[in-house]
Amino acid sequence: MASLTVSDEQVRANPAKVIQPAWVRVMHWVNALAMILMILSGWQIYNASPLFGFSFPREYTLGGWLGGGLLWHFAAMWLLMVNGLAYLVTGFATGRFRKKLLPITPSGVLHDVRAALTFKLGHDDLSVYNYVQRTLYAGIIVIGVLIVLTGLGMWKPVQLHWLVSLFGDYPTARYIHFFCMAAICAFLVIHVLLALLVPKSLRAMIIGR
Amino acid sequence: MAKRSFLIPGVDKRLLIKDSIKTMPDVTRRRFIAGGASLGALTLLTGCDVVDSSSAENMLARISKFNDSVQAFIFNPDALAPTFPESAITKPFPFNAYYDLDDAPDVSAADWKLEVRGLVDNKKSWTLDELYKLPQVSQITRHICVEGWSAIGSWTGTPLRDFLKLIGADTRAKYVWFQCADKDGYNSPLDMRSALHPQTQMTFKYANEILPRAYGFPMKIRVPTKLGFKNPKYVVSMEVTNDYKGGYWEDQGYNSFSGS
Repeated sequence: MASLTVSDEQVRANPAKVIQPAWVRVMHWVNALAMILMILSGWQIYNASPLFGFSFPREYTLGGWLGGGLLWHFAAMWLLMVNGLAYLVTGFATGRFRKKLLPITPSGVLHDVRAALTFKLGHDDLSVYNYVQRTLYAGIIVIGVLIVLTGLGMWKPVQLHWLVSLFGDYPTARYIHFFCMAAICAFLVIHVLLALLVPKSLRAMIIGR
Repeated sequence: MAKRSFLIPGVDKRLLIKDSIKTMPDVTRRRFIAGGASLGALTLLTGCDVVDSSSAENMLARISKFNDSVQAFIFNPDALAPTFPESAITKPFPFNAYYDLDDAPDVSAADWKLEVRGLVDNKKSWTLDELYKLPQVSQITRHICVEGWSAIGSWTGTPLRDFLKLIGADTRAKYVWFQCADKDGYNSPLDMRSALHPQTQMTFKYANEILPRAYGFPMKIRVPTKLGFKNPKYVVSMEVTNDYKGGYWEDQGYNSFSGS
């Protein structure tokens, strides 16, 4: 994994150059693909027995029918889990999470949300995340962990029933799984919108600088 | 929880109609391939040409087989499915099948016999009266459907492992393969370790009453460590075998292990 050899030391030494190290970029896009596969196949599975009074439009589901949706879901889960685990391990081990996402203070968040809503939030230095970004990125990591754990619990409610009881019971885990999906979709919309508003950030996530 | 309307006790009419339409074998079964083909990005990951839909299908089938072995690996034969108090029982317990209840097998108790085949010492068929005389146990467990809904029910019958021992089954064989009385000949393979699980049961009673037609009279195989479709109803024969003979839903793409 040559891509992992770009350390944060190198980033600091040359901050103007590399904003997003290669491992972040690779894992980001693998995650994006895995998430989209999981969401679209998950909608297919949801439609088989909707939790609420609506179904997802057929055109936005993956798999064609329940069996196909399940095949996609249980195939993409490996991509999501392996990539997600590698991301968490690397994020903690390199100190990137600590350096980029902390601290998150209520006053900082309030200030930057206000600034963002009035389009006064600066993006001069893309290597430093503002409080809106920190909150969103840290939050989505927590949601990501939660959706995988509830998913594992629903996949193996007997073998992993300790995990299911952590969330209450099987139906509750199913609701939490759904709401995490909804949160990820909401994040996706905001994330893509903000990335389009600051095109330099999208470029950094593709070519690194 | 989703509100379902139950018109007939034990029968979820809405679910029933919805399912019979949705799960009928038709061309849409094959549409998951088209879904795969539209994802060009997948080519990057798999190296296979997803425009060629059979590649996507093959890839998914291969991963599903891999998932079978992962599930067999993490299957703990001693781990028991959670049991519940009577107050937790779902009332009424839903009927669910690919056919309407009116089309469900109407088995005559007098004519019915359980056929025993394959790698067993004693291949005699069993009448219902003979089976009813075997020691029975009760359990209240959660039935989890492949669709995602679940319901808690009370089941009484003979542990399958006791019966397999009684008939001198070769428990080193890979599968117990069940065949059912419905018109399409529903069948399903059960891996031997799951068949020998202490909670896997030849069920003759629901809620302490003779198993109603809706739930598989005269005999259902209740496997709390599997998804619902691996719990065959209206069972007419069991075969102890080393051959993978496929199953009604397994052949259409549902994961064969489908353990819970």
